[in-house]
Amino acid sequence: MNRFAWLAAFAGLACAPLASAQSTTDEIAKYRAALQDGNPAELWEARGEALWKEKRGPKQVSLEACDLGKGPGVVKGAYAELPRYFADADRVMDLETRLVWCMVRLQGYSDADAKKNPFGNGADKRSDLEALTAYVTSESRGVKMSVALVHPKEVEAYRIGEKLFYFRGGTHDFACATCHGENDKRIRLQDLPNLMTTEGAQKAYTTWPAYRVSQGELRTFEWRLYDCFRQQRFPELVYGSDAAIALTTYLAHNANGGVYDGPAIKR
Amino acid sequence: MRSGGGLTLAALLGAAGWLEPDRAFAQAAWNKAAFDTHDLRDTTKALGGGDAVQSKDIEFFQTPEIAENGAVVPVGVTSKLPKTEAIAILVEKNPNMLAAVFDIPAGTEPTITTRIKMAQTSNVYALVKADGRFYVAAKEIKVTLGGCGG
Amino acid sequence: MAIGEPMKIRAALSGDTTEIKVLMNHEMETGQRKDAKGETIPAWFIQNVLVTWSGKTVLSAQWGTAIAKNPFLSFKFKGGTKGDKIVIRWVDSRGDTRSDEAVIA
Repeated sequence: MNRFAWLAAFAGLACAPLASAQSTTDEIAKYRAALQDGNPAELWEARGEALWKEKRGPKQVSLEACDLGKGPGVVKGAYAELPRYFADADRVMDLETRLVWCMVRLQGYSDADAKKNPFGNGADKRSDLEALTAYVTSESRGVKMSVALVHPKEVEAYRIGEKLFYFRGGTHDFACATCHGENDKRIRLQDLPNLMTTEGAQKAYTTWPAYRVSQGELRTFEWRLYDCFRQQRFPELVYGSDAAIALTTYLAHNANGGVYDGPAIKR
Repeated sequence: MRSGGGLTLAALLGAAGWLEPDRAFAQAAWNKAAFDTHDLRDTTKALGGGDAVQSKDIEFFQTPEIAENGAVVPVGVTSKLPKTEAIAILVEKNPNMLAAVFDIPAGTEPTITTRIKMAQTSNVYALVKADGRFYVAAKEIKVTLGGCGG
Repeated sequence: MAIGEPMKIRAALSGDTTEIKVLMNHEMETGQRKDAKGETIPAWFIQNVLVTWSGKTVLSAQWGTAIAKNPFLSFKFKGGTKGDKIVIRWVDSRGDTRSDEAVIA
């Protein structure tokens, strides 16, 4: 029995006994459906839109001239095409690194200041990046994912992301594929999407960012990857790092064709 | 802002329509005693009633039987009892039982949807005040991860 | 003192009934949690909610700490015309208050 199966079996023993696996799945589906009406993510979207339009930073300029890949100020549909190569930066960027880029270049923030609070915590420590991400992604709702792999650096990012997906490491010898490479896997009662199928990849990627009930916060895809690394007992995934962007490129491109449906709400 | 057991004069006058809603509200009472109880009887008493009678005319809707996380549990309650004046939601195994009480004026449907926190798997009670008397229905909601803190 | 971030209010007329859905921005801290230093984070939660339609109360509520963070509330009342003003106000355990408006659409 491989290491992961052993771990899953052990976790399974700790579960409370329930009538049948199918009825549990049905009830949890009902829970998720009931959450859809009235998503607190909308509060982040509203704040993000205000931040996008507000004159801020040392240069007192808004983000409305920020080019997210479809031209300066074009927000609609931009997230569905990210990550992508940006000539002015000469690198592939995901939404969050692009937002930081615009905050630095348009608004005059230092890179450190722009990135200083990527994951918010409560009313006293709200993250502007999470709000801006919520707003920009909401403007891609209903749009089909179409991440292109045209520029050599886009292709390279995808290939590195793929390697990272299968890379086993850390104290538990986990890879992303360990948890996300087979059907019908779960940790306790949390089912794990199989990211190696088109359906699984689409469903997973198109529902981030999401209001995470367990966090009481809206969390982005950078957060999702950061938290996966943490749970795998990997070294910390640096915000906006090449590794984060490469993995995002791999997963986003694999979700192509899926209709973007965020920001969503999850447990 | 005042908080204390029972109604303040302002709230009473407000309820009678003698004060503009806003002014009455600014001094609205918060029933501290009711938010400090640990069983159904005490809660009903603190809300001004005696024993609550089981009623099939109180229904839960869009209320799942399993919550993936107790921090956010959707609950919908509707009352078919005539002259429903208030709907309260109680969670038996929470640190205190009463989550909320909604006053339903004439013209407002006796149906409320909201989201509560549950510390653990527990009975959830919908307590309804109708025509001066109290009625109750219960539903067990399983919680896979508690939601009150820590 | 008005603080915090705006609520998101939807007021929709359907036939002769208006449906109100509101998302509020509030931590709804239970007073049960501890911070990184191990100290209890004090309770901080909305205690009273008032919803008025053209000045008339259509719902009032008292809340405790067991209403979820970033509260969601939905209910219906008979009446309403497009353009009528809905005002939702809350007061919390610190005495802070917030009031937001919407029109029936």
